[in-house]
Amino acid sequence: MEFFANLLGRMDLSYFWHGWVQFGAQLTLIGAVVLVIGLLTYFKKWKWLWREWLTTQDAKRIGVMYIIVAVGMLLRGASDALMLRLQQALASGNSEGFISSDHFQQIFTAHGTIMIFFVAMGLMFGLINLVLPLMIGSRDVAFPTLNSTSFYLFLAGVVLTNLSLIYGEFGSAGWLAYPPLSELAYSPGPGIDYWLWSIQIAGVGSLLSGINFLVTILKHRAKGMTLMKMPVFVWSVLGAMILVVFAFPILTGTLFMLSLDRSMGMHFFTSDFGGNPMMYINLIWAWGHPEVYILILPAFGLFGEVVATFSRKRLFGYKSMVWALMAITVLSYTVWLHHFFTMGAGGNVNAFFGIMTMIIAVPTGVKVFNWLFTMYRGKISFASPMWWFMAFVATFALGGATGVLLSIPAIDFQVHNSLFLVAHFHNVIVGGVVFGYFAGLTYWFPKIFGFRLHERLGKAAVTLWTSGFLLAFIPLYILGLLGATRRLDHYDPSLGWQPLFIVSGIGALLIGLGIVVQLAQVVYSIWKRRQLRDTTGDPWDGRTLEWSVPSPAPHYNFARLPIVSTRDAWYEAKHGGNQVFSGEYKDIELPRNTGFGVYVGILSVLFGFGFIWHLWWLVLLSSVALIYVIIRRTYDENITYVIPAADVERLDTRKAAI
Amino acid sequence: MTDVKNTVAPALEDESQKPSIFGFWLYLMTDTVLFASLFATFIVLRGRTAGGVSGEEIFSLPYVFIETLILLISSFVAGLALFTARARRKALTISLLLVTGLLGLAFLAMEIHEFRTLVTEGHGWGTSAFLSSYFTLVGTHGLHILIGLIWLGVSIMFILQRGFTDRFLTRLTMWSMFWHFLDVIWIGIFTIVYLVGIV
Repeated sequence: MEFFANLLGRMDLSYFWHGWVQFGAQLTLIGAVVLVIGLLTYFKKWKWLWREWLTTQDAKRIGVMYIIVAVGMLLRGASDALMLRLQQALASGNSEGFISSDHFQQIFTAHGTIMIFFVAMGLMFGLINLVLPLMIGSRDVAFPTLNSTSFYLFLAGVVLTNLSLIYGEFGSAGWLAYPPLSELAYSPGPGIDYWLWSIQIAGVGSLLSGINFLVTILKHRAKGMTLMKMPVFVWSVLGAMILVVFAFPILTGTLFMLSLDRSMGMHFFTSDFGGNPMMYINLIWAWGHPEVYILILPAFGLFGEVVATFSRKRLFGYKSMVWALMAITVLSYTVWLHHFFTMGAGGNVNAFFGIMTMIIAVPTGVKVFNWLFTMYRGKISFASPMWWFMAFVATFALGGATGVLLSIPAIDFQVHNSLFLVAHFHNVIVGGVVFGYFAGLTYWFPKIFGFRLHERLGKAAVTLWTSGFLLAFIPLYILGLLGATRRLDHYDPSLGWQPLFIVSGIGALLIGLGIVVQLAQVVYSIWKRRQLRDTTGDPWDGRTLEWSVPSPAPHYNFARLPIVSTRDAWYEAKHGGNQVFSGEYKDIELPRNTGFGVYVGILSVLFGFGFIWHLWWLVLLSSVALIYVIIRRTYDENITYVIPAADVERLDTRKAAI
Repeated sequence: MTDVKNTVAPALEDESQKPSIFGFWLYLMTDTVLFASLFATFIVLRGRTAGGVSGEEIFSLPYVFIETLILLISSFVAGLALFTARARRKALTISLLLVTGLLGLAFLAMEIHEFRTLVTEGHGWGTSAFLSSYFTLVGTHGLHILIGLIWLGVSIMFILQRGFTDRFLTRLTMWSMFWHFLDVIWIGIFTIVYLVGIV
């Protein structure tokens, strides 16, 4: 009997029931999963799903899967946000709101974790997968199987996070789980472990993606595309991936040490036996600060493409844009301490990091002016990606300004840990990252699916998001200055904060409405796909190589590999410059589908689950299985297939065009 | 002259241009950053012994020096094995790889013995922050050695079953880079953990 009890680790039936609010969430999640499984079975689509999607090695399809998962998680993260806003609008004085303290803490932890790791990172890797190979004139990424494995590691993190909702609990120590609170002594439950292993596994996936895209950019560019002829989006991804490669190992190492503290009784970050919690905070932000630039750099880059295309002009100051991107890449490693000025590192240290933080605002400012000067005297068409851009410039400039305020240690001491800070980082992440990726999704949608998204619904979404955003976060700036700390689940009515919290809640509702309109936009566009069809392959009069192939882009990307002689190679070719495609058709060698990534993903979930619930036999079993799967893969010789040159020529509908 | 060049050198040159080799270099860089964070933590926590033992009291330099020698020699043999593999000399390659593996096993055994002694003497990883960071830094290196040994075993099996395919030779180059990389990390551990710890 004891033997079986040990097999179950610390699993216990009581972890299913937490209260009615959670029960609603559990039902919603289980219902969604059952619905998807049911639909797939009813329409007999399992084989199709496996062959066409799950085992695919095509970067574009992997990108689509990233985006679908990220949007799903956006819905969950946004529901968390609405619950937090509702609680804070209600819970003053005698009213305790509708969420318990402990549940509230889990919700803000889940909201932060999900939005950064599974929404922002998912949208970023999704977009990069969709267009980066096309933009540099390549048929695929450098390592397609590794690419699909990265996706499944990301998905494994998503699965573990959502599993915590059904069985167990999530972390309640904030999205970065500062010790000693996150140590075993103060958080004995499985919540922190769920957080830890979700992030750890997804983080390894991101790290592998970083290596993959760096090699892709540096080794797989089209002939003639020197570094200074790369589209600015490619430069921004290069910067972001350099950051990934140098920052994510720190995250892996830090989480590794925290997990050793929790599972093996070590004392890295505990408050006793010589442990040093501040070491964790230094390490986690040495990853965390580069991480925010990892998210924002690709958004900067894609705005460079969007603004140039819709202004019918070459990007203003390409070289300064490249230098600004690279400067941000380097500088982002020199500012991490501004996340904890109040640690007490001393005046000189704070001054250094304060000044570096002000300096990093300079290249960012350069980029804003470059975009504005690109628009100056351009023939601007205000399509919805441009609307996202304008919403971005207005809100991001505000967020940047409050960031410079916070960079001054003396001011930071006043408003640290307050809602002012919360408003600031939402201002740059929503206004910068989220608006940026939405612009990118709208802009590149026709390239992947062959039809455009409905314009008016898109513009309605921009309007709702922007007004909702301002309404939700301007009150938080004021509240922060009034002294409201972050993560409050209850406050005294005499403070007079409630009206502002209610306004903020209304803003959050407007954002929610914006998301609903976006979902409606996708559904309506699918319904009206015939009218919205992109027959040209180049619906926006684009400038870069992805617009030179038909829409939707063929799975081999290019029938003949392009040869580039200028920046904006496709735009130049359309206007009498050098041809991009010429010469003979050749055989195309493409990677064969494989379930390798899927197996690695499933085993990683089991591995993480074993660690979370102390099922050591499962940890051992899944590790051995993982090694077996990898070894088996090395024996697989038949990993590519060939499309003969004659077939390529027949398939190439574009050969007459240019 | 040209004949000599055509045997080994060009293969090497082409190899280093392969995206997979370049990607593996990048991977090694990321692993270096991982170790860098463990080193940084060790340096911060080395003095925090919580009233327990310090490095001076538990490290034996001659023992660690022998470990170091074993690992360095195994790397040298691994380098030879790569050359013989590129010349497709099956028996010689396998014997060299076996020697490498045995030396690696000896290293691992010595490390496990050191760990066991510490734990049985009451200086386990849960005793102080210093010992936590020591066991983790050195143990993570040991875990890498274990992975390298498994990889080595798989490589020997592969040569026996399929011989020297092109993709295999690329993978063997990666393994060899990995093995040398672990030397570099070990030199860091030898210096920062043991030498500085004792002197």
